[in-house]
Amino acid sequence: MAQHIVLDRVSKRFPPAKRGGEEIVAVDDVSLAIERGEVFGIIGYSGAGKSTLVRLINQLEPVTSGSIAIGEVPISELRGRRLREQQTGIGMIFQRFNLLTSRTVAGNVAYPLEVTGVARAERRRRVAELLDFVGLAGRADAYPEQLSGGQQQRVGIARALAASPQILLADEATSALDPETTGEVLDLLARVNRELGVTIVVITHEMEVVTRIADRVAVMEAGRVVETGTTYDVFTRPQTAVARRFVQTVVRALPEGDDLARLRAKHDGRLFTISFTDEGVSEARVFSALAAAGVDFNLVHGGVDDIQGRVYGLLTIAVRGEADAVDRALDGIGEGVTVEEQR
Amino acid sequence: MSEIAGILPDLLEQTGIMLWMVALSLVLGGVGGLVIGTALYVTRRGGILQQGALWWVLNVLVNTFRPIPFIILLAALQPIGRVVVGKGIGTEYAVFAIAIAATFGIARIVEQNLVALPAGVVEAARATGASPWRIIRTVIIPETLGPLVLGFTFAVIAIVDMSAVAGLVGGEGLGNWAVTYGYRQFDEVVTWSALIVVVIVVQLIQALGNALARRIMRR
Repeated sequence: MAQHIVLDRVSKRFPPAKRGGEEIVAVDDVSLAIERGEVFGIIGYSGAGKSTLVRLINQLEPVTSGSIAIGEVPISELRGRRLREQQTGIGMIFQRFNLLTSRTVAGNVAYPLEVTGVARAERRRRVAELLDFVGLAGRADAYPEQLSGGQQQRVGIARALAASPQILLADEATSALDPETTGEVLDLLARVNRELGVTIVVITHEMEVVTRIADRVAVMEAGRVVETGTTYDVFTRPQTAVARRFVQTVVRALPEGDDLARLRAKHDGRLFTISFTDEGVSEARVFSALAAAGVDFNLVHGGVDDIQGRVYGLLTIAVRGEADAVDRALDGIGEGVTVEEQR
Repeated sequence: MSEIAGILPDLLEQTGIMLWMVALSLVLGGVGGLVIGTALYVTRRGGILQQGALWWVLNVLVNTFRPIPFIILLAALQPIGRVVVGKGIGTEYAVFAIAIAATFGIARIVEQNLVALPAGVVEAARATGASPWRIIRTVIIPETLGPLVLGFTFAVIAIVDMSAVAGLVGGEGLGNWAVTYGYRQFDEVVTWSALIVVVIVVQLIQALGNALARRIMRR
């Protein structure tokens, strides 16, 4: 796949709010290459710089240093009319939808088409087509406040797609929605990516969003990208502390601290955590090996997750039995399964 | 009763002159205020046409004119009035002075309403590649139109107030009529009929403004 959005050592610093105050480094020396047609997730806590980073991509904010290219176009070098022409090729959706309250649904969706100078008849045809695509064909004449949050975000998506952009930026697009509506909006974004081939950059602090639609993910902390990889890799083998903390919110990872103490109090015997992916041997091998050795065990913690349609499991078991027999049983289980004792 | 019948023709004529003065200065001051108020909003820090020097000049200008009591401004603007409208007295000059005062008053009202517009809406328009001028025309003004109408209604009532002292420079209108024939000639019927007419006019304007704003905001 070809590179679509390339950030090369990009930084964004804001002047201090007060005279003599400290300069704010929102984005700090970030380099990223986002490929054409992929869904790329950027995760991080509030204030990590991800919202600023996404605004650099479509140049709502100019970079302080470094450069950004969209395909062959050095967008961070452009100003005025030439920049605005490029911006029409990048759609954006927002956490609070940001629809025009003075316009109907159709009027909102038509807005980017007016900007690009599309004739009225063609505008009307395109708006109808877009509302049909997002499932709001009957609501063209409604005003935004008459719609639910999920419907408003659909209007936002239709508006973002109106000028047929090749890139869609989603800034916490589902954070104001309930879980069910979030699912519907994510399905719609997946369709935008699949059917229209639009490259999507998703900014979020919601890990479900990333595991569900992102092909690859970057983890941000204090303005820097600290980890990048396929979603599956980052979620199954997080390399940094911040990534591990994120992963634990969705993948019910290792028992730690109080959880571990509670498990120890409740179960006698040794605690082992088995982690497995769909690449290697299944956890069943572990269970049968223990059973064959005549060792008794209980499943006490963990679960099996679906990340981008692939399996990832982390199971903690309490094992009672003669130490040698247990060790022998767990030795050399095979590739793809790791067994670690919790001490 | 017969006295009221006697002053009625004058009352109606002077009411007409007052309404004409108010309408004309509202249009002039309204346009001026909209331009300066919008300029203050777009040139401020973080605005779509951020321009510190221009913002500073406009801000100082507005702050200089607004606190001047109108009766003093009316006298002070005479030399400028002679250049712009050809004379420093009369109803036309009064309209000129009211329009100047209204421009700076309305500029602040406009700015305050625009500042309340959620920044995200402007950002969404910028993301579509819309130019600053287009954003002003298609987003900033339409999105704040309801509150702007209420702000203008508020300004009209201040203009009615200003029109009452036009007599100082030989201007006509209901205020001048009440002062000259009511106050100075101890004719309370004249004073009170002028007062009642002003109250009715103000009530009507406020009702009209409210209805218009409600219609625009759909609530």
